[in-house]
Amino acid sequence: MMSIENIAFIALFVTAVTLFTLKIREIIANIRMGQAIDRSGNASERWKTMLLVAFGQKKMFSRPLPAVLHLAVYVGFVIINIELLEIIIDGATGSHRALSFLGGFYNLLIASFEVLAFLVIVACVIFLARRNIVKVARFHYREMTSFPKSDANLILIAEVLMMSAFLIMNASDLILQGRGVEHFTVAGAFPISQFLVPMMDGMSEGALVLLERACWWFHIIGIFALLNYLPYSKHFHIVLAFPNTYFSNLSAKGRLTNPESVTREVKLMFDPTADPYAAPADTNGAVQRFGAKDVPDLTWKQLLDAYTCTECGRCSSSCPANQTGKLLSPRKIMMDTRDRMEEIRTNIKKHGQDHNDGKSLLGDYITAEEIWACTSCNACVQECPVNIDPLGIIIDLRRYLVMEESKAPTELAGMFTNIENNGAPWQFSPADRINWANETN
Amino acid sequence: MSNALNVRTMAECLASGEVPEVLFWVGCSGSFDDRARKITRALVKILNAANVKFAVLGTEETCTGDPAKRAGNEFLFQMQAMQNIQVLNAYEVKKIVTACPHCFNTIKNEYPELGGNYEVMHHTQFIQSLISEGKLKLKEGGEFKGKRITFHDPCYLGRANDVYEAPRELIQKLDVELVEMKRCKQKGFCCGAGGAQMFKEAEPGNKEVNVERTEEALALQPQVIATGCPFCNTMMTDGVKNFNKENDVKVLDVAELIANAADL
Repeated sequence: MMSIENIAFIALFVTAVTLFTLKIREIIANIRMGQAIDRSGNASERWKTMLLVAFGQKKMFSRPLPAVLHLAVYVGFVIINIELLEIIIDGATGSHRALSFLGGFYNLLIASFEVLAFLVIVACVIFLARRNIVKVARFHYREMTSFPKSDANLILIAEVLMMSAFLIMNASDLILQGRGVEHFTVAGAFPISQFLVPMMDGMSEGALVLLERACWWFHIIGIFALLNYLPYSKHFHIVLAFPNTYFSNLSAKGRLTNPESVTREVKLMFDPTADPYAAPADTNGAVQRFGAKDVPDLTWKQLLDAYTCTECGRCSSSCPANQTGKLLSPRKIMMDTRDRMEEIRTNIKKHGQDHNDGKSLLGDYITAEEIWACTSCNACVQECPVNIDPLGIIIDLRRYLVMEESKAPTELAGMFTNIENNGAPWQFSPADRINWANETN
Repeated sequence: MSNALNVRTMAECLASGEVPEVLFWVGCSGSFDDRARKITRALVKILNAANVKFAVLGTEETCTGDPAKRAGNEFLFQMQAMQNIQVLNAYEVKKIVTACPHCFNTIKNEYPELGGNYEVMHHTQFIQSLISEGKLKLKEGGEFKGKRITFHDPCYLGRANDVYEAPRELIQKLDVELVEMKRCKQKGFCCGAGGAQMFKEAEPGNKEVNVERTEEALALQPQVIATGCPFCNTMMTDGVKNFNKENDVKVLDVAELIANAADL
């Protein structure tokens, strides 16, 4: 028999999934704004990277304390969501603990959910303390403005509340099971929530049923709400960490790309038979831009990186420029890229596909001062627990400034001239290159 | 020891019909910078002592293009790269050793796509192979025996190319006390010179990167700060001077330590 409760649940479920799907399609469209880059091939190495870095959280463990806490939340999240299956069946059909036919295994499952729920609460409380009481420095850098800060706190508080609701629900269920109340058939094992029983034992049957239902609804509405909050939040990394690590750069970190557009031009210059007036071979209609000024000039992987960033700040806390007080913060590069993508999407929705708001990533979000402070040391790339590459974006922005706008800092422009004229970044004569062999020391 | 170095250029080798087994890519720093030239000479002494048949390009060598590329000037980089690749391929170079991690990284990782395929080794890797093959002998208890040495990881050797052990194993052969900074290996803190910063003033901040790094090294109270990059050497040397410690702490390349221990 379908009750109003079941219908309400089904309606809520369908709405939540539909809204989530629509937003995901929008994000996929945003990522597709990016330029092509080949990250196919070498599938076995890619799976291995994903298993180690995303699934196995390998890089988290360079900082052990947050790694262990994060592991508790991560395992809790993954395992407790098995419970989601039962919640959906119970919600849609009105059954009570539909999977309890699994018997002893079911008891083991519920018991492990309870232990994990408790660990999640502990970890989230410590995380909240680290952010708001201990004030770990990297959570308070310049780019951590009001939304990024409240985003993190909101997720942590929601986790604590949902896990608490889950445990209170189980405790009231346990009491109702003990009293032999109809519908509440005996099922499950409750190693954590049993400790809540003495606090709630005096409650009437009606109150307990109400509490159990309220917690059940709170838990599931919480899940649907978070599902739809995810794509707007740093928390989206729980989904994108997997594709993002799969599509990791597998070559040496020191290797920067050699843009083909430039190679073509340089080869023409080196080719004595080339006809400089020949029509360009194939530009696909679009005008080729050297480097990146705005997000559509970046590659889809760089845009995926931006959506994957969880704003943990490990990059910036290891960045030599950032740590010596320069404006550059690799985390801000990723946050700006994401914000700019969202802005472009909002513009498209409001004003149509070809709208130009006259703004760009470089200039309106990221300043030249920031990108010129980078030493290209790869510390940010090394530190990122989900293999994001802020350095690639910084270099692409520099390329635009130098090759399209000739806006290199004066000393660097001098360095370029020296290389062009003398074959060395300093003003020395190429004829003196081997003088070291004849000197005494 | 004699100051005469046995150095031949690829052109001289070609003229006399010799085929050197390895090309020593000196780099701009190693060719022109007063301090880095001493590193170049130390490495050549090692190569001579180990009877390595090597040659340099001499006046035919030009900048790899690394600083131009890191500064966004991809045109200039690729022009330099293609010019160098033409020369290297014309001499049929197979193996390259260099004392500059920036040249090492660029030739190893960025030249292949443009047609330059060579086996590229950092000098610490090459010296290590010379010792393990018995071609280079170190004397017992050199000048640095028992001294406290810390190694600063060059970013372009370490993180960029995952070479962390070769320089450390060489230092440990010297019977010294190798002490590590907290930020070492994968977590190594940049000297501040990479990404073309070597050629410009730093952006406004509250500290110079090399001062921050040197402070970390000096906290270990080493007698020597060792490194494997001419740029790092400059930055750390300036850092040591900043703390007025130049009389107590030497900044040396691993090649200089080894040349000393081999009594060269």
